[in-house]
Amino acid sequence: MPEKIIIQRAEFENTLRRMAYELVEKCGGLENVVLVGVHRGGVWLAYRIATIIQAERGHELPRGELDINLYRDDLSRIGYHPEIRRTEVPVPIDNAFVVLVDDVIYTGRTARAALDALMDLGRPQKVLLCVMVDRGGRELPIQPDIYGVKVPVDSTGLIEVRFREIHGEDAVVVRPRS
Amino acid sequence: MSFPERGLIGIRALRREDIELILRTARSMKDISKRDVKKVPALRGKTVANLFFEPSTRTRTSFELAAKRLSADVVNFSPSGSSMAKGELMLDTVKNILAMNVDALVIRAKPEGACEFISQHVDVPVINAGDGMHEHPTQALLDALTMEEQFGTLDGLKVLIVGDILHSRVARSNIYLLKNFDIEIRVCGPPTLIPRGIESMGVKVFYHLQEALEGVNVIMMLRIQMERMQGGHFPSIHEYSKFWGLTAEILDRHAPPDAVVMHPGPLNRGVEITPDVADGARSVILYQVENGVAVRMAVLYLVVGGGR
Repeated sequence: MPEKIIIQRAEFENTLRRMAYELVEKCGGLENVVLVGVHRGGVWLAYRIATIIQAERGHELPRGELDINLYRDDLSRIGYHPEIRRTEVPVPIDNAFVVLVDDVIYTGRTARAALDALMDLGRPQKVLLCVMVDRGGRELPIQPDIYGVKVPVDSTGLIEVRFREIHGEDAVVVRPRS
Repeated sequence: MSFPERGLIGIRALRREDIELILRTARSMKDISKRDVKKVPALRGKTVANLFFEPSTRTRTSFELAAKRLSADVVNFSPSGSSMAKGELMLDTVKNILAMNVDALVIRAKPEGACEFISQHVDVPVINAGDGMHEHPTQALLDALTMEEQFGTLDGLKVLIVGDILHSRVARSNIYLLKNFDIEIRVCGPPTLIPRGIESMGVKVFYHLQEALEGVNVIMMLRIQMERMQGGHFPSIHEYSKFWGLTAEILDRHAPPDAVVMHPGPLNRGVEITPDVADGARSVILYQVENGVAVRMAVLYLVVGGGR
């Protein structure tokens, strides 16, 4: 299976735009809303969504970042040590409307870990899950509230979400796991 | 003996990328200690044994807090009130603790090489918390983290270590660590307390504190151990502090204005450092203590976390 492009460029941007609108709608406005991106794809996605909202609504959403590795359920099984990046949320999340942002949802285990990490930082009033790609294959009862595209991919495939700021292009790509 | 699978016996065996990984991880760990909930589940279900065959309160407490903030269970063992007093061998003690299914050992012991020796006889990782005059790796790492925080980078710094270089595991580990970076390392102290041939390690030797202070970024004052006086290494405490003690006056006159003062503790106030310097604006001593917990969390995570 060669690399296959699911969406790119204008379609990618339009998808982000739709997600941003949906986010504003589901949060009932922008008051009290905090975007928290999961390292690393989620951090970039949160940045892009915040940029669109800033341009459209003139409102700068506070953005935080979350490293979930210390909350993984397989830490004692995997044979390596995932590097721990910063967890930093610039505003208190107590009673806030937190939108948890990640690039891809698969088993749901990352989202579970992210929820636990979030709860250790405070007690949000509500948490929404927003992802660019839902690739199916859930192992936990966790579903995204907002998603960009649904692309069923089995365990032999890999989804890559590329951002122009980092990878030089905007694209969602499926390729074989190497 | 490779890091991190077998633990952390000394800085000497580490490569620059190992050191950088530990420091990056420590920076992330630092935030955890500042939250309301100072705990993450990374080492849930793991047990860490602190075996301190030599007395220590601060290092032991620091390791204990680090392990607990990662959700590991901690057992503390120190010789007083144990069967060590009845003459049990160190290795027997270790094997007894291990028979209780412990996942890692943090060891402080008097004989140089004790941690290395023990690690060859057990199949869990060993972290050296100070072995005699040999190494104190987590101290050097917390010192490096503190320097990096103060100056943004380690490369390009000039670091001065003052005091009993000969007997100091802190100095030794620091020199091993700093040599991995583009750092000018200076040592200063009485000639009797500077190891012979230390220049071959790329270290500049000074005997006069005033000269040594010119142009430095970091001044690390070592603790003078009173028992060394009996060894005839220097005539009196008074004379030591007159020539090698750091006072506010000497600091202000000879060191650059942005130089910071470090000390591994515990302080001999008025001997190697005067109280106005220890508590002054340029002292980063308490940051060192704070960074100690973060560095030990990083090392425990890298050594104990992850499968094997």
